Amino acid sequence: MRGQPPGKGSEVDAVVETYRLRKRYPGHEALRGVDLQVPSGTVLGLLGHNGAGKTTTIRILATLLAPGGGSARVAGFDVAREPQEVRRRIALAGQYAAVDAQLTGRENLVLLGRLLRLGTRGARARAGELLERFDLTAAADRQAGTYSGGMRRRLDLACCLITRPAVLFLDEPSAGLDPASRRLLWAEIREQVRGGITVVLTTQYLEEADRLADRIVVLGAGSVVAEGSPEQLKRKVGGEWLGIVLADPADVPAAVAALGPAASDVDRAAGRLSLPVDDGMATVAAAAAALDRAGLAVADFAVRRPSLDDVFLALTGKEQAA
Amino acid sequence: MILTETAALTGRRLRRLRRSPGELLAVTIVPVTMVVVMGYLLDKSIVMPGGAGYLDFMMAGIGAQVALGAFGTSAIAVADDLRGGLVDRFRSLPIGRLPVLLAQSLCDLLLTAAGTAIASAVGWLLGWRIHTGIVAGLAGFGLLLALAFLLSWTGILAALWIRSTPAVNSLSGLVLVVGSFLSTAFVPPDGLPGWLHAIASWSPVSTVSTACRRLWGNPVADTGNSLAVVHAVPVALVTIAILLAVVMTTASRLFRSISEKTP
Repeated sequence: MRGQPPGKGSEVDAVVETYRLRKRYPGHEALRGVDLQVPSGTVLGLLGHNGAGKTTTIRILATLLAPGGGSARVAGFDVAREPQEVRRRIALAGQYAAVDAQLTGRENLVLLGRLLRLGTRGARARAGELLERFDLTAAADRQAGTYSGGMRRRLDLACCLITRPAVLFLDEPSAGLDPASRRLLWAEIREQVRGGITVVLTTQYLEEADRLADRIVVLGAGSVVAEGSPEQLKRKVGGEWLGIVLADPADVPAAVAALGPAASDVDRAAGRLSLPVDDGMATVAAAAAALDRAGLAVADFAVRRPSLDDVFLALTGKEQAA
Repeated sequence: MILTETAALTGRRLRRLRRSPGELLAVTIVPVTMVVVMGYLLDKSIVMPGGAGYLDFMMAGIGAQVALGAFGTSAIAVADDLRGGLVDRFRSLPIGRLPVLLAQSLCDLLLTAAGTAIASAVGWLLGWRIHTGIVAGLAGFGLLLALAFLLSWTGILAALWIRSTPAVNSLSGLVLVVGSFLSTAFVPPDGLPGWLHAIASWSPVSTVSTACRRLWGNPVADTGNSLAVVHAVPVALVTIAILLAVVMTTASRLFRSISEKTP
């Protein structure tokens, strides 16, 4: 798939594809040749720290930014040459909920419906449906500025779905949301995917990419660092592990002996150990029992999940500056 | 197409305006205060050539000052939209580029018309009169609105260029003051140094002020015989048309490429 110009003999039915996409800003190179392929009806998660090139990629795909080099096609059209055709088939939710705070939720939706040529009556009807579906009917006639973060995000997503887009671009969809609103938003995004929409989303959270994406592309400093399914990536990084901190660092050899060969001392001076959690709770229970039997005092004992930093560490062998 | 889009977007602006009536207050308060303070208190102290009162001279300048206010209202609104991400949403829609900006300027034109009407009514109460006919009178107001339209687009251009709301805010204040006083809106430009004199007499704010005075039969203070004074009406129309073409084209281009600067 890689190394081949898009549109010519692609084996998969890619709705979004980029080929050696580049972008330079004065003073720094934001994208250094990014290749992406997103099959129809799937979710691609762009994972990376701030400045990795996620937003630049999304903005180029959504026709807001001209590519500096390479090419990008969305829904069969070139973003640079046929932007208006692309715009007919996409919807974008940026990093900030882009709704007019002084208009009511309903007015925001009706405005966009009219701009998308539904006619005044059609726009009103569609706004009503979407408000209902996104559980905003009670707040429909309040100014959007009075909405909570979660409600604004839902309104933002509703704005994207006025006409049925083929591709939905979401730039850090859950940034700044509390866990409950985040879960609700994830469920709504999954619902859209079931309906056949292709989604490209950016995130800084491994968990979010894991929950939503069929495939993950990890970006670092404008290049693709890794790609694969969430499972593949996690296998590369390693799964959950048990982090143990001993009260007395001098006990480390005794603890390693008690826990068995899978345990490794991460930081001998600080008394930190780690143990892969292969059997879930059984591993945790066995470790707790073993430490107890050996009579070792434990300061901290917790199951850890790999973070984005661990992904970078495992894939590139170096910590990524945030 | 462009009409539906512009209508929908203008509707949005008007709704916002209805919810923050302070905006109308903001564009009227300075001119109305000027009318009251200078027209009422100083009417007799400043004697115009030909014995007319200062109020009669000043009202065209007040109209120009209301028009100058359109720079700020447009600029601040556009800067706000840019910051909130709304502009990104509009730019990702399959709509024309012009309607988003056109809606802004049309709405501010309406705001200016209301502000001019209020300021003129106060002037009329204090004794200002149009001494010509209704057609010439309306033509003067038409020129003021044309000036406001130009300044609104200039404000849009400035906002697209600068993009920071606080900076746009202070620039707007500056434009109001410098524009009002570096022109013949309130004083004859005779006292200015030569090069400033040229700028002041050819500035659309001056030519429109002078043109309105001619059209309304109010005293014209500028005694010079430069083209800009003698043929104020056509000169005003031509300069506004040329500047508007340049400003609108540049602003639309800048709007198209607006995100190029965003890292």
